[in-house]
Amino acid sequence: MAEIRNYTMNFGPQHPAAHGVLRLVLELDGEVIQRADPHIGLLHRATEKLAEYKMYIQSLPYMDRLDYVSMMSNEHAYVMAIEKLLQLEVPLRAQYIRVMFDEITRILNHLLWLGAHALDVGAMTVFLYAFRDREDLMDCYEAVSGARMHAAYYRPGGVYRDLPDTMPQYQASKIHDEKSTRVLNENRSGSLLDFIEDFTNRFPVYVDEYETLLTDNRIWKQRLVGIGVVSPERAKALGFTGPMLRGSGVEWDLRKKQPYEVYDRINFDIPVGVNGDCYDRYLVRMEEFRQSNSIVKQCVEWLRKNPGPVITDNHKIAPPARIEMKQNMEELIHHFKLFTEGFHVPPGEAYAAVEHPKGEFGIYLVSDGANMPYRLKIRAPGFPHLAALDEMSRGHMIADVVAIIGTQDIVFGEIDR
Amino acid sequence: MSSSRLETLALCLQNVLTGKLVSTSERLGELTIVVSSTDMLWAMETLRDHADLGFEMLIDLCGMDYSTYGSESVAGNDWQGKRFAVVYHLLSISHNLRLRVKAFADDDEFPVLDSVMGVWPSANWFEREAFDLYGIVFTGHPDLRRILTDYGFIGNPFRKDFPVSGNVEMRYDPDQQRVIYQPVSIEPRQITPRVIREEHYGDSE
Repeated sequence: MAEIRNYTMNFGPQHPAAHGVLRLVLELDGEVIQRADPHIGLLHRATEKLAEYKMYIQSLPYMDRLDYVSMMSNEHAYVMAIEKLLQLEVPLRAQYIRVMFDEITRILNHLLWLGAHALDVGAMTVFLYAFRDREDLMDCYEAVSGARMHAAYYRPGGVYRDLPDTMPQYQASKIHDEKSTRVLNENRSGSLLDFIEDFTNRFPVYVDEYETLLTDNRIWKQRLVGIGVVSPERAKALGFTGPMLRGSGVEWDLRKKQPYEVYDRINFDIPVGVNGDCYDRYLVRMEEFRQSNSIVKQCVEWLRKNPGPVITDNHKIAPPARIEMKQNMEELIHHFKLFTEGFHVPPGEAYAAVEHPKGEFGIYLVSDGANMPYRLKIRAPGFPHLAALDEMSRGHMIADVVAIIGTQDIVFGEIDR
Repeated sequence: MSSSRLETLALCLQNVLTGKLVSTSERLGELTIVVSSTDMLWAMETLRDHADLGFEMLIDLCGMDYSTYGSESVAGNDWQGKRFAVVYHLLSISHNLRLRVKAFADDDEFPVLDSVMGVWPSANWFEREAFDLYGIVFTGHPDLRRILTDYGFIGNPFRKDFPVSGNVEMRYDPDQQRVIYQPVSIEPRQITPRVIREEHYGDSE
């Protein structure tokens, strides 16, 4: 009898379905996965080591580059850890702005996940639709921070600046004439809050569109139902968080269970799955679109009514206003000290976690009293998820690995750090 | 977490882990316990299985190198304890509690700790990461390989004595027609010095 051996196949790191730089070594019996061994670290930049040699504020933009599809959520955990060690109060308006942008970020992240997931499974259309809506949200990022992705908007003590009163406008060009520019600028005539409100009114219809494309789609269901099933006990043991855990039917959301900022003042529901397969995780994230949209709406309403400061007035932590700095000796000293030496964080350790779109994103910060962290550990939600890829894909066909990578919402910026 | 709930948890830990707790501290709404490396595995199993604790999730595991802790302060390096530690962040979903557990490795030259993979399978990659970056060996781990650094990497990059710019750099050598490693050619520099100020520095009166 002929000897039968398993195939060992290399997948990635430059594969379109590898979501970046995932290298998988797959052991196959025919087309069935026997073992999957992910090789990660191709995007390792040692963010944690670099942070040990930089002032606290200088490491903040590095946070954007961790999970580069949900930038502000990463910043949020980082500034929360610093604020916890400093025992710093954040103005209420800044907390609302943070919650609003966290939810905008969640929609941004889930849109990319949805598009990429559908693209992996074979549906091109959703990707294009998802990017149409991402465009609007990117404009919100741009209006508030000047950058479309790497915002560096959250600061220890609040946010960098208040929401702008005007939105950037489209200019007439070779591609768009005067008339079509006017149409494009229609919802940009007011403030940023008007623009966001307009988006939240349009967005539920968009989610319905995605649902018509996918939810009852026969191919979509054939590819997702019953794939990558994880029981609730196993999900907890494997360290799953976020939609991966909720898809298995565990009702756990930090925004509800350990509320931070103003989440305890806001009405929203936590969707949970039943079967713990890829399809349930899809449904959980689709419902999160609607919940996030409603949270953004509530924040917009509050922010309209309540003007106020958006960053702490403790100028040992946050820089003073430019005009103050020019006229006041004390503020000039503060400014100089802040930007040459940085602020000092009292010795101690703190762990701050936020409900990131992908799960629990935590920052463990150890300070010895210097102007730089002694140790910064980033708890990336995708790290334990990808570690479980082996277990989730065992016994599945090779095409299902792609669906499982899609459902895990893998982004290498945060896994490799 | 409210302080009363933390006190209840601390009391419960005192009862359950009698005599095994090296220290307990509560700060900023977080509870930290230190256990010795020999009791660690037993303590972890108890923390997971005890009905009043139920820490069914290992949220995070990370290595620590305390060798230069506080070395820029006026008093100089005042770290008396062991050099390497592993910090575990536990989460109890059933009781909505968090706990930080620290275990120091006994030998500074060759840090070894027991693997908690049998308690929480999620420890698998976290322990590989701590092994890769700090060189902490976890006995009982079935697959302790490097995870984040390059294939064939030498050294443990997150140790405090490892330079931030590394030891080797890589370039293409046209003579040998292959990629070669050579000692780094960049000067180490730090733009902002690391300083620890004395207490009440800069306070107005």
